[in-house]
Amino acid sequence: MSVLVDKHTRVIVQGLTGSAGCFHARQCVAYGTLIVAGVTPGRGGELVDAVRPDGQAVGIPVYDTMSEAVTTTGADVSVIFVPAPGAADAILEAVDAKCRLVVCITEGVPVLDMVKVKRALVGSSTILIGPNCPGIITPGECKIGIMPGQIHLPGRIGVVSRSGTLTYEAVGQLTALGMGQSTCIGIGGDPVAGMDHVTALRLLNDDPNTDAILMIGEIGGNAEEKAAAFIRDHVKKPVAAFIAGVTAPSGKRMGHAGAIVSGGTGSAKDKIAALEAAGIKVAPTPADMATTLRSLMQARTQLAVGARPSTTEKPVNA
Amino acid sequence: MKLHEYQAKQIFARYNVSVPKGIHCHTAEAAQIAAEQIIAETSNPVVVVKAQIHAGGRGLGGGVKVIPGGPRQVFQVAEKMLGMQLITHQTGPEGQTVRRLYIEQGLAIKKELYLGLVIDREVGRIAVMASTEGGMNIEDVARLHPEKILTESIDPLIGMTAYEARKIAYKLRVGEGCPSPRTTTQRFVDLLQRVTVLFEREDCSLCEINPLVVTDMGNVLALDAKLDLDDNASRRHPEWGDLVDRTEEDPAELEARNAGLSYVSLDGDIGCLVNGAGLAMATMDIIKHYGGTPANFLDVGGGASREAVTKAFSMILSSSKVKGIFVNIFGGIMRCDVIAEGIIQATHQLDLKVPLVVRLAGTNVEKGQALLRESGLRIETANDMGEGARKIVAAIRSTAA
Repeated sequence: MSVLVDKHTRVIVQGLTGSAGCFHARQCVAYGTLIVAGVTPGRGGELVDAVRPDGQAVGIPVYDTMSEAVTTTGADVSVIFVPAPGAADAILEAVDAKCRLVVCITEGVPVLDMVKVKRALVGSSTILIGPNCPGIITPGECKIGIMPGQIHLPGRIGVVSRSGTLTYEAVGQLTALGMGQSTCIGIGGDPVAGMDHVTALRLLNDDPNTDAILMIGEIGGNAEEKAAAFIRDHVKKPVAAFIAGVTAPSGKRMGHAGAIVSGGTGSAKDKIAALEAAGIKVAPTPADMATTLRSLMQARTQLAVGARPSTTEKPVNA
Repeated sequence: MKLHEYQAKQIFARYNVSVPKGIHCHTAEAAQIAAEQIIAETSNPVVVVKAQIHAGGRGLGGGVKVIPGGPRQVFQVAEKMLGMQLITHQTGPEGQTVRRLYIEQGLAIKKELYLGLVIDREVGRIAVMASTEGGMNIEDVARLHPEKILTESIDPLIGMTAYEARKIAYKLRVGEGCPSPRTTTQRFVDLLQRVTVLFEREDCSLCEINPLVVTDMGNVLALDAKLDLDDNASRRHPEWGDLVDRTEEDPAELEARNAGLSYVSLDGDIGCLVNGAGLAMATMDIIKHYGGTPANFLDVGGGASREAVTKAFSMILSSSKVKGIFVNIFGGIMRCDVIAEGIIQATHQLDLKVPLVVRLAGTNVEKGQALLRESGLRIETANDMGEGARKIVAAIRSTAA
């Protein structure tokens, strides 16, 4: 098993006929993801071609509405590539169609649209990831999003991150050290979003096939502080972290809508202090994310077998 | 997107949120005429001259002056204020040039309150914050007297209810000491509800009224007004185009935004070109870790074109403060060969006179490296971002020595 998605997960792409939706849906199919339908209002009845890893060509049927797509295919996961002005509506449509998991890749969704979406999710069992996120991947089984599949390696490390390329960097480092991943979740960089660090950590902590967790945060908000408290109280698995933005000036939005230090809160310094106070090892630089987690795991193993700590690090060939 | 006080007050007036009489102007002559008009209308000889810049803390920096001496004195003060570099805790050490003024009626103030509306990220709702400590820096109040800030979280389906507004009004004793406490309390409740509607309809990300004043007569007015608008909502607000003040923005940041790049100017000397916001921040951090200082934050985005990369690299090359450049790319959708082509293209127009370190990883990395090798440019390559950061910091030190 893994977290939320595996090789049996059946997925609908909202916005399949757009250029981003079409490009990434094909990449996902080529990775092995079961994309069984697309939704674009007004384009129902069309087929979008794609090629599976075994070379077999498939035609993904397009429907006008989510309710039709879900009823016809029985899929319960949706991924959204709909442009920002219609993204909130697309999320609500997926929630209404009773999707179990909705992954919204779209960047630039107005924050007050997300305030309404969050309100609509109260009392619903749908889990929302994003918006403005790279998606979720269980390596070797299911890729739902825009991350490059080939850098991943199946394994037992869980990754949760607010950033896209910084996650790829972390995964690249893990893979180079032979540390495969169970599931990697990109929760996105918007101030009001679906899943937060704590929810992702809870899922990875409960997953029997995840041995250790790498958490990547950034400036803005207090999600990492809350995550630190949760890890201290509930997580027994080794957790390493990295927080981006130690050098970010106050009051400036650093790319992501949510990445801003404002009103004296959200600084990287405070987040790192909270994590360290909770006993979580924080990587000193973004180049040390995987090695930090590895040294933590090695230390735990040695403690477990009662061996003396090793004084020599194995050479790293990253 | 930030608005000037006078622009925010124009929006307030549309929603029947009371503001003092005021006139916006660009010259000392116009300021004098504005003062004459306001004094005639209000029969009060006192007016206030307020510098209009996109930063708070103007009063302490000398950007807000109460003028009791009439229009002639307003002219003199306005003449001094226009063109000055106003330095506040929000502008940075170089300050901001004052190009616009707002001339406003003086008021007999009984009390100053604070009102702020923000997006509470934790619960995903609009939070309304109010305090009796108006006029102060609210961040200081939050730190020193958190109990003095009242907060109500607004249900987006219902909006701010009258009872929520009343709860704040009575806790803050808004009506106390006024000619008709009930009338004043009701005015405050109306204002709170109107501001909340405004916040939602105008797609604000921040609304701050500091101070919100109660006058001797028991009127409730927004004496200051700060509105930030959510850039993500600009598509449904074509009218925002008229509200942009380009003179208030960093020219490089504006140029980058027009090219679809995310850019922030910083104080250092190492130019950075990175794909992705998180990696761009992390690149700044690792440069600092190895003793250098980043000149900018630059995210070319997930799937930038060769033209966008060329533009980004040209911006870094043409900056006089840049003593070295670090390109850090983890290609996913972004292909390393596109990055290489953009770099080479940019150096055709502008010479590369400073050290350049390039770290490429991910999609089409061999192709990208081959292009750079064959270009004949003096480029140092790095296999990972740690090595890249160390190399660019060392290269700058050796050129400085």
